[in-house]
Amino acid sequence: MYEFDWSSIRPGLPFLWKGMKVTLYITLVAMAAGIALGTVLAILRMAKNRALAWLSAAYVNTFRSIPLVMVILWFFLLLPAVIERIFSISRQEDTRLTTALVTFSLFQAAYYAEIIRAGIQSVKSGQMGAALALGMTNGQAMRLVVLPQAFRNMAPLLLTQTIILFQDSSLVYVASLADFFGVAGIIGTRDGRQVELYLFAGAVYFVACFILSSLVKRWQNRLKGHA
Amino acid sequence: MHNWRWEVFLEPAQGGSGATYLDWVLVGLRMTAAVSLCSWVIALLWGSLMGIFRTYPSKLLYGLSTAYVEVFRNIPLLVQLFLWYFVAPEVAPLGLGAWFKQLHPNLQLFVASMLCLGFFTGARITEQVRAGIESLSRGQKAAGLAMGFTLPQTYRHVLLPMAFRIIIPPLSSECVNLVKNSAVASTIGLMELAYQGRQLVDYTAQSYESFIAVTALYVALNLLILLFMRWVEKKARVPGFMGGGGR
Repeated sequence: MYEFDWSSIRPGLPFLWKGMKVTLYITLVAMAAGIALGTVLAILRMAKNRALAWLSAAYVNTFRSIPLVMVILWFFLLLPAVIERIFSISRQEDTRLTTALVTFSLFQAAYYAEIIRAGIQSVKSGQMGAALALGMTNGQAMRLVVLPQAFRNMAPLLLTQTIILFQDSSLVYVASLADFFGVAGIIGTRDGRQVELYLFAGAVYFVACFILSSLVKRWQNRLKGHA
Repeated sequence: MHNWRWEVFLEPAQGGSGATYLDWVLVGLRMTAAVSLCSWVIALLWGSLMGIFRTYPSKLLYGLSTAYVEVFRNIPLLVQLFLWYFVAPEVAPLGLGAWFKQLHPNLQLFVASMLCLGFFTGARITEQVRAGIESLSRGQKAAGLAMGFTLPQTYRHVLLPMAFRIIIPPLSSECVNLVKNSAVASTIGLMELAYQGRQLVDYTAQSYESFIAVTALYVALNLLILLFMRWVEKKARVPGFMGGGGR
């Protein structure tokens, strides 16, 4: 039988926490940027202008049909050169975290956009009509009447997507960026204790995601109760 | 500017076996197809069983299947893959670990990836099957039981045939997700499409050509699955139900 030895974890906690901060940083930035861009994409998708609607649809469908691993590989091939040129950063500087932030923001935006579009469509069309009849412009009606209701309806779904994003951020592994799981791997390999470290990482992800998704489920049921 | 050299795919690959770089890509494509197909079978069978348990009037079976879904949905796929590949062989009981370790290294990669993707996707299918069964009106089950069917018979002849037809659309998107997720297996070194793409970059330095070819193949695979599933959906349509209609 395998003999467990958990002694690597306690001294590794500060390092693991550093990795967790990278994971959380990617998750939160990609959530904020992804929801902002996703909202723009969703509105464009429903625009009267055919070209804009097509562009938004193409963006969303492209990202949704390519594996995240390939998207990460693509961005880590393309972006560093761009980032270096725009911000005139020297080649020695580490741009991996910036690249990861941009990648996950743009990728998640495609998924958020679909949720937000459904959310906007779930708001009764009379709401838009009433806002326009009150003399609001299209933009005002969207911003002050439709979007607040849409976001309230779809908040649980957006959070569920964010939990998925939190899990998916572990894939920065392919770009050898040390997020929480990356750090667990580094410690495990260093001490020859991969079994314990991977189990520990899995347990941490499980507890975090389980608690969050249970809360989201409860919130969703409460929203349903109000409707 | 990038120096485009599409002819790189026709050049003999390093290693001297006479294979071209195109052959490398095709090996990757075949592996992606193989691992996806095998995992899909596991996911479908296991997911159906667990989905039935999720609706079965038994506390034990309900608890078991719920625990399965929660565990496999709340741990990242990458972490699950590492658990299957690095951890499971060490801690598995009944000599399964020893059996796994004496397999050819390529086979070890395949088995671990297959099980990982299969049970990961299975958790999603469980929820689809449960939703499908729950979407049927209660009268269906009652009618089955009233006809004298036992509960397993009611599932087999009444509930499942309807439920599966209803959930074909969500199942096809799970199938597409599975193919996309299989790219994660490149992290442990399974020689599937994404892995071969990276190999090509390392050997030829023609990164754009390699990534474009690999990405296009993923998209093509996904389109193929969607077309196939649309055909299945048409064949399996219940007349008079969900826009099925007669002929």
